Amino acid sequence: MSVDLQTVKRVAHLARIAVSEEDAERMTGELNAILGFVEQLNEVDVSGVEPMTSVTPMEMKKRQDAVTDGNKAADIVANAPATDENFFLVPKVVE
Amino acid sequence: MTDLTHLTISEARAKLRGKEITAAEITEAYLAAIERANPVLNAYVTVTADKARDMAKASDAKLATGEGGALEGIPLGIKDLFATEGIHTQACSHVLDGFKPRYESTVTTNLWADGAIMLGKLNMDEFAMGSSNETSYYGPVINPWRRSRVETVVMPTTHQGDGGFVSAGGTKTARTLDNAQLVPGGSSGGSASSVAAFLCAGATATDTGGSIRQPAALTGTVGIKPTYGRCSRWGIVAFASSLDQAGPIARDVRDAAILLKSMASVDPKDTTSVDRPVPDYEAAIGKPIKGMKVGIPKEYRVEGMPEDIEALWQKGIAWLKDAGAEIVDISLPHTKYALPAYYIVAPAEASSNLARYDGVRYGLRVPGKDIVDMYEKTRAAGFGREVKRRIMIGTYVLSAGYYDAYYLQAQKVRTLIKRDFENVFAAGVDVILTPATPSAAFGIADEDMASDPVKMYLNDIFTVTVNMAGLPGISVPAGLDGKGLPLGLQLIGRPFDEETLFQTANVIEQAAGRFQPEKWW
Repeated sequence: MSVDLQTVKRVAHLARIAVSEEDAERMTGELNAILGFVEQLNEVDVSGVEPMTSVTPMEMKKRQDAVTDGNKAADIVANAPATDENFFLVPKVVE
Repeated sequence: MTDLTHLTISEARAKLRGKEITAAEITEAYLAAIERANPVLNAYVTVTADKARDMAKASDAKLATGEGGALEGIPLGIKDLFATEGIHTQACSHVLDGFKPRYESTVTTNLWADGAIMLGKLNMDEFAMGSSNETSYYGPVINPWRRSRVETVVMPTTHQGDGGFVSAGGTKTARTLDNAQLVPGGSSGGSASSVAAFLCAGATATDTGGSIRQPAALTGTVGIKPTYGRCSRWGIVAFASSLDQAGPIARDVRDAAILLKSMASVDPKDTTSVDRPVPDYEAAIGKPIKGMKVGIPKEYRVEGMPEDIEALWQKGIAWLKDAGAEIVDISLPHTKYALPAYYIVAPAEASSNLARYDGVRYGLRVPGKDIVDMYEKTRAAGFGREVKRRIMIGTYVLSAGYYDAYYLQAQKVRTLIKRDFENVFAAGVDVILTPATPSAAFGIADEDMASDPVKMYLNDIFTVTVNMAGLPGISVPAGLDGKGLPLGLQLIGRPFDEETLFQTANVIEQAAGRFQPEKWW
């Protein structure tokens, strides 16, 4: 399988990365090189093989559903580019 | 007086405990070395001199009363991927511009609890995506190793005997260093370069497809990627969560064992951290390997591999045999599919993990006409080319209609890769010996690699299988190639059997000797 310019632009939008015409053209070539390289996986007979979900055979650890942390609003917004009274500020999303 | 920066961790530990040296002295020696070398090598992106001095002072107080921890007074460098409270943590990306976490990673917390001293944050490929440390927003790291030519020079009689081999005819052979700058490998290029150039006693690193072992091999240092689940991933900037593992880069096998003991832990904050006590890895060093079964996988003999590497592999086999190990030929039939499967699984996980860099919660924000425009502009400006490439691949293979063909297929192949190893270990093989990399260090801005991303990816051909199967792997320096550059051998072990890796790597180290670059910087 290979991608065309339109697909690259669509994927870039899905990934929320702005691309110029020139970027998209370059990426088309690069992505096709990588997709061409991974194509060889199709040779492998995987009938009856389970997809891997965890490399270590272990049960996911669970813990008591109790509050162990909190009251850190100031820490959480400390690195944000724009805040107001412990809220993250973003461009208007609803009219 | 010996240069304090040239002491191994175990040597420095003995001298600190014996009060022959102080933590303040060794810290100052490293800070001075960094100040001189860093403008050339670019290994550190931030030097935390004040913090290092404060930590040294505290260590000296503890050492004076004999209550020092396992790493008391040992100065370390920390890869920029580890969250360090109040200190530059950007995964060497522009998108995390100005990010100073309000918390500390579990691995670094463990190191400081054992008394280690932080010298600063180390350069790396952006988000650990790269094999040459050239994708860093902070520029490439330079390898302290350079190629050299062997030349025969006629000796003026007055200068005979000043090093080199003096022959009866008044000539000697000398190595002349080439000026070309080489990469240290990646993604932990800053970690490897700083350890090799004596800019820290040891360093933290991380390995998703070879990012500890490949740079270790290219710089003549020792690097171990432990079993998945051995070191907590809490507070480490995520790249591909099912593959990422932290581990140390050190100057010798014993130092790597000492560091891993402190870095590893059982951590309730990481659900993939495994509930197993951390053994005393250092105790494995020096144990004989007589009767141990060492597997040699035929699939690691790849086309176009330099003769030097094949020869070194044979040497490694001979050393282990001489030490009493039994050598057996093995087959890991799905080896060639590990790299292509990796380039589906890792980008898929990365595209998901890196979705959080949106210009809202931390780091860079580039204003846009609405929120989506702001996201797109921020991410376009914040991520470098390689990172964008991988996010795009990941987004594509996870997108509607392609998931089964790519991602599901790759995860099934991954099961087969792991099964290959399980079969070999079930047949009684204790450890597997392979080359660590398909080549020695290459040039900065290598045209071949720059023009084709897949060529760069091939650097990880021998290391990536280990991540796909979640196994431990160590790279140990084993010799120099014809141009005087270091080459490494890799040992792969059973899950959570890092002890066998240290035990066997030590045998190779004893036979091969230690390697350090000639100082030019």
